[in-house]
Amino acid sequence: MGGYILKRLISAIPVLLGITIIVFLIMSLIPGDPATAILGSYATPENVAKINRDLGLDKPLVQRYFIWLSNMLTGDFGRSYSLNRPVIDEVLERFNATLILAGTAFVLCSVLGILAGVVSAARQYGFADKAITFVVLIGISVPSFFLGMMMILLFAVNLRWLPVSGMFAIYGGGDLPDLIRHLIMPSLALAAVATGVIARLSRSAMLEVLRQDYIRTARAKGVHERRVIMDHALRAAMVSIIPVLGIQAGFVLSGAVYIEIVFQWPGVGRMLVDAILTRDLLLVQGGVVFVAACYVMFNIAVDVAQGLLDPRIKT
Amino acid sequence: MTAFLKLLFRNRLAAMGAVVLTAILILVLITPLLPLQNPDATATADRFKRPFTEGYLLGTDHLGRDLASRLLHGTRLSLAVGVVAALIAATIGSAIGIVAGYFGGRTDNIIMRGVDMLMAFPYILLALAIVAALGPGLMNALIAVAAVNVPFFARNIRGITVGLAGREFIDAARLAGMGHTRIILTELLPNVLPVIIIAMSTTVGWMILETAGLSFLGLGSQPPQADLGSMLGEARSALISHPHTSIVPGIMIFLIVMSINLLGDGVRDALDPRLRSGALSRPRATTLVERAGDIPAATDDLLAIQNLETQFHVGKRIYRAVGGVSLAVKPGECLGVIGESGSGKSVTALSVMGLVASPPGVITGGAVRFQGEDLIGAPYESLRRKRGDRVAYIFQDPLSTLHPLYRVGEQLAEAIRSHHKLGKAEGRARAVQLLKDVRIPNAESRIDDYPHEMSGGMRQRVGIAMALANEPDVIIADEPTTALDVTVQAQILSLLDDLRRERGLAIIFITHDFGVVAQLCDRVAVMYAGRIVEEGPTRAVLDAPAHPYTRRLIACVPELGGGRRALAAIPGLPPAVDDLPSGCAFAPRCDKARESCRAGDIPLAGTHPRAVRCLYPEEAV
Repeated sequence: MGGYILKRLISAIPVLLGITIIVFLIMSLIPGDPATAILGSYATPENVAKINRDLGLDKPLVQRYFIWLSNMLTGDFGRSYSLNRPVIDEVLERFNATLILAGTAFVLCSVLGILAGVVSAARQYGFADKAITFVVLIGISVPSFFLGMMMILLFAVNLRWLPVSGMFAIYGGGDLPDLIRHLIMPSLALAAVATGVIARLSRSAMLEVLRQDYIRTARAKGVHERRVIMDHALRAAMVSIIPVLGIQAGFVLSGAVYIEIVFQWPGVGRMLVDAILTRDLLLVQGGVVFVAACYVMFNIAVDVAQGLLDPRIKT
Repeated sequence: MTAFLKLLFRNRLAAMGAVVLTAILILVLITPLLPLQNPDATATADRFKRPFTEGYLLGTDHLGRDLASRLLHGTRLSLAVGVVAALIAATIGSAIGIVAGYFGGRTDNIIMRGVDMLMAFPYILLALAIVAALGPGLMNALIAVAAVNVPFFARNIRGITVGLAGREFIDAARLAGMGHTRIILTELLPNVLPVIIIAMSTTVGWMILETAGLSFLGLGSQPPQADLGSMLGEARSALISHPHTSIVPGIMIFLIVMSINLLGDGVRDALDPRLRSGALSRPRATTLVERAGDIPAATDDLLAIQNLETQFHVGKRIYRAVGGVSLAVKPGECLGVIGESGSGKSVTALSVMGLVASPPGVITGGAVRFQGEDLIGAPYESLRRKRGDRVAYIFQDPLSTLHPLYRVGEQLAEAIRSHHKLGKAEGRARAVQLLKDVRIPNAESRIDDYPHEMSGGMRQRVGIAMALANEPDVIIADEPTTALDVTVQAQILSLLDDLRRERGLAIIFITHDFGVVAQLCDRVAVMYAGRIVEEGPTRAVLDAPAHPYTRRLIACVPELGGGRRALAAIPGLPPAVDDLPSGCAFAPRCDKARESCRAGDIPLAGTHPRAVRCLYPEEAV
């Protein structure tokens, strides 16, 4: 297993390099003088001179890439001019908040989605199946940002059950219960679409597995039906569900940008949007590379989980 | 095509999606003709008018602009941007995919590596990076959304192209001296186009949503121009005080996305033949029972199948897989059930413990009595308690019948644990002992193997060990040796025979091999088209078959050292069990058949223990 993990980690290196190349190439699409564009409204003469020196903007493209890359490898992602602090500090701080939001949403959509899919498959064409199918259809059709706004209206404004927005209460907040209260709506809104997608997939994966001969064997052994479904069938279905969880994690991370805006969540998505609007491009660049790299690592974890589950995958 | 549309619109949800989408499209197309106010005309006096107020059907926004007018113009813009983005993504992505797939080799490798890199991004990061570089604006948002979706098309279309590029008509075009460009445009493109269009129709909803999202973030359309996303984005600041300005554009996005989703699902279902046939139904925990007619009285047999009828109901068709079969075994007895594929022998066996997949299987008559107790229609729990404990199964092809993700030891221990309390260590010890019983060498280490790590013979032994786990009274073995080579087969048969003598268990052995029957069984029943056509002691049946079918079946078996005897295959095929002929089912293939054979039902007759279902038997029984 250790060898397998190592192999997957090594195979990630070209992907990570590819990510930096793509981001670098996109950023070099910037029309006009790059230093002025990167700095945007912070283009004072000193700043322009500094960035020209840091990124070697007078040098050829390839050389510039390697300067940028080697700087990043030493943890230097450049300096955010709008915030006047190192990009990496800001990104790490914001990513922490995103991780709490997206992580909770990911757990929610995985658990709820799989559960709904299993119930739906086990009760195929029954009332529960029809009800779940209907809710799932609505769930995957509501844009997360609209759903978030409607939740605010209902649960925060009308019913006053939950806080409208933010990560902590301004006065007297900051503890875990406070965080959880603030987390409920955004994480549910963020999880909705992915829950629907996972529920659909889990349902069809379960239906496929339940027709297999080894399920009949389990029943012939006298294994209780509950165990047949929740153990024999679900474990086999997970083989096709897990890769989709990896893909959905990407969608959850993407959706977090909208949800962070709607709920004023101080995450990396909101940081990126603000940075784009203030044209703080080094912050955008650093944020995108960092989050994409984290996503690549997460997908390796998914692969490893798949290897642990399915002994037929050569590890 | 018309068949496809019919199928599509029989799906009510898909039809609903089509109707909603068409209505929106028509509204959007005639928007310039409608008597609407200027969507950008502000009227500060009329800010935040509620819907259905005089002159403003949907009310006004924070600048007093007419929401109905803005909504229709916004929808128009959103749809246009989404469709254009889809067209751009499809064109560029498909071009890349076709080039990669057609040229293959290094070109393919380099291109697909790049595509994989792009797909390693969560899509929004890529879109944000592009918008950041180009600057906010609807055009740049459109470019970003199109670019993000290029890899999806490239990968899909490449897959299709690779399949086509190896086909004969491409080779023929090459031999005819056509250039690459011409081959791609005239030979490949027409074949790939339908796939491109389907891929586009499934992603256009996404792209509408993605551009709306970027506009919502303030990175897409800039004021005063507004698409649905930026309408929602602008309304957000007044969400709490004037929610209608948010709800109006939000519901429109929802309607568009949902109708596209519904339509897309409908298209997929109509195209997927597996869903069409309803094959994706999950089997219930026990076979459905819809029993009509009298229930036969109890006998003193250990296990008695009495006048069993099992059918498959597929759509309006009824397949009579088992049409009134009676069999019985006593302790220590081995009964062979023999017949061609599709004769109903396996369905008979599975009916005993309610294991026939249902849907489509239904038990429609008869009884199965274990120690006198009727199992057909018995409550689930009482059936489950007997499954594997009193009556156990050995199945054919243990690669598919053992769970691929559990170690064999776990699967063995679970068989016991389902009926008896069992500790972990004890379970392991019992599992090792079971493997030893079926003579698996190195049982202690083999117990941690997964099924795919074992040979076919080993797996079959595991299957047998699993059946023996609870020392059952009856074992039903459904062609347990068919998938194995002869030496392994012989070992397994002698193993079963030993167990029967040692433990006194009754075996029902299902096979299509007379050699196996002769070696193992005391009695044999021959099945044809869901009914027993002959039964009796094995030697008697083999030496003097009474039914023409039995005789022909035995004649099919090649004999070692039998010289140049012609192997007599039986001409014709068994009848389809949804369309059985009246009278003898074998009559169409029988060279002795007469008019009377086709007239009416022929009873199973003879002096015990022999019986035959034939008016003109080969031997009197």
